[in-house]
Amino acid sequence: MIDPTTLIVMILSGATPILFAALGELIVERAGVLNLGVEGMMIAGALAGFAAAHATGSPALGFAVAAIAGAALSMLFGLLTQFLLTNQVATGLALTLFGLGLTALFGKPYEGVKAPSMGAGIMGLNWVVWLGLAMVPLLWWFLNRTRGGLILRGVGENHHAAHALGHKVRAVRLLAIAFGGAMAGIGGAYISIATVLQWTEGMTAGAGWIALALVVFSGWRAGGVLAGAWLFGGVAVLQLRLQAAGVNVPVQLLAMAPYLVTILALVVISARRRGSAAPGSLGQIFHTTS
Amino acid sequence: MQRRTFLITTAAVAALSGLPAMAQDAEKLKVGFIYVGPVGDGGWTYQHDQGRQAVEAEFGDRVETTFIESVPEGADAERAITQLALAGNKLIFTTSFGFMDATINVAQKFPDIKFEHATGYKRADNVSTYDARFYEGRAVMGTIAGRMTESNKIGYIGSFPIPEVIQGINSSFIHARKVNPDVEMKVVWAYSWFDPAKEADAAAALLAEGVDVILQHTDSTAPLAKAQEAGAIGFGQASDMAAFKPSPRVSSIIDNWAPYYIQRVGAVLDGTWESKATWAGIGDGEVEIGEITDAVPAEVKAEAEALKEQIASGAYHPFTGPLKKQDGSDWLAEGATATDEELSQMNFYVEGITAEIPK
Repeated sequence: MIDPTTLIVMILSGATPILFAALGELIVERAGVLNLGVEGMMIAGALAGFAAAHATGSPALGFAVAAIAGAALSMLFGLLTQFLLTNQVATGLALTLFGLGLTALFGKPYEGVKAPSMGAGIMGLNWVVWLGLAMVPLLWWFLNRTRGGLILRGVGENHHAAHALGHKVRAVRLLAIAFGGAMAGIGGAYISIATVLQWTEGMTAGAGWIALALVVFSGWRAGGVLAGAWLFGGVAVLQLRLQAAGVNVPVQLLAMAPYLVTILALVVISARRRGSAAPGSLGQIFHTTS
Repeated sequence: MQRRTFLITTAAVAALSGLPAMAQDAEKLKVGFIYVGPVGDGGWTYQHDQGRQAVEAEFGDRVETTFIESVPEGADAERAITQLALAGNKLIFTTSFGFMDATINVAQKFPDIKFEHATGYKRADNVSTYDARFYEGRAVMGTIAGRMTESNKIGYIGSFPIPEVIQGINSSFIHARKVNPDVEMKVVWAYSWFDPAKEADAAAALLAEGVDVILQHTDSTAPLAKAQEAGAIGFGQASDMAAFKPSPRVSSIIDNWAPYYIQRVGAVLDGTWESKATWAGIGDGEVEIGEITDAVPAEVKAEAEALKEQIASGAYHPFTGPLKKQDGSDWLAEGATATDEELSQMNFYVEGITAEIPK
């Protein structure tokens, strides 16, 4: 009835934007920083990437520019929270609103313009999907098996202890924030360059918030992020496929299924886990004198 | 005494200096527009904005138009409409079905302001409704779809299950099946007028089901982009979407609101405006069929254009019996045509469509 191959291709492709954004935010949060500006960085990447891909005709260049745009916007957050010690929650929210407004303004000339085609890659999936999948074991290995990952986790768990050991808390966090921004930018660009092939205002439509939820859902682990992205992306795609196949399930129920499944999974996971898996210093302001 | 003189003088000066300004204001009619999507959507809202620009071009200095774009259907719409009303607009066009209740509510508070609501059915002394017979255009698209499909599966991306959209699905299906008895219709509801990512996914879901012709009742060009990738074809919706010529976009339904907008603004200017319901189609020039490209064989093109002419002249109605409802019960007898009343409340599929309308 529903061809499993095309379904899997659609799920992998549909999960890619939130997978990139959530993996980036995972690193940021493991370094002890809560950046709620994922949506803003994604939309910035979506516009910058689309503009670059359209101007040069090269999707690859588009993704590179998207990563730079996302990282640049995240540095605004880094400057405010790490040097001016502003509240991370408020600054992150502001970053989202700023990103949405800024792109709506600068995106006007790109409305109704077509993007160059990505073309299908190995097994009908383009290279960005494969890159996203490769990032999962890579980041797991970095976090758990390298000295850099250990320092990053140390900074996130207890920044005073890390500081006492001579680690540069602020530098580590800025690097993590920039990485998170770049990943969010690539995730956003995937929506404009690979999925929709055009630019529209507000086109990320809440994907950044789902990415944020996925990090909590995953218990701050790379493998969990992948599972969550597949679950959420899968249900979202499956409901459209069921409709197309003419399966008699109430459409409204199908449309809310992704959110229901996410909430249910969160409840089950938090009921089973003792205590919180969140990094110890998450969201706290760090200053050497405090 | 001194003070009284002063007051009188001031009042006189104010009145004198105020008069020319007031006269100018009275001449200049302010017209407001509420759009559901961005002007750059390349579809529905783009066409309404073309209509707005046509009004400015027609009346020049006598009118001043403003618009608010990307207004969500719901509570926020009322705020946006009220804002236009308070800004001194004397005629306000609300251009989406979901603005219906908001328009009526605001209209009650501003009885001196005239409102025009697109595609709705609630009217008041100061609220007119206007709509286009999109189903006439769908009949032509359905004919092309039925002839062009090789898999005998055509897909339809619906926005919301409201009569206007259901008319379109039925009309497309009836005319596709008329030329191709084996054709099947698959329907996916996006529950949005404009959500490019969702529309793209909906198109991908249909393509994966073996659909090779996509019709859409949503406003972005995302489904056409998906069709192009898969080698399928589609149609421009609301606007010509000419960027996708000659294929995947093989033809289009274009909403031409300009004549209506010019007529209604003119009516307010010369004081003849009154509340009424307008439902114009191909014959009135409100629904246009965009160029049928060379991707379509000449005989199919000729067939589609002949149908268009018949509809335009009134010789043929797209809903002509014998037609049955989906459950097999009789709807229209041989030769009978659907009334506007029936169409405006259409909540059923015709016989042959296997999908179900979400309740």
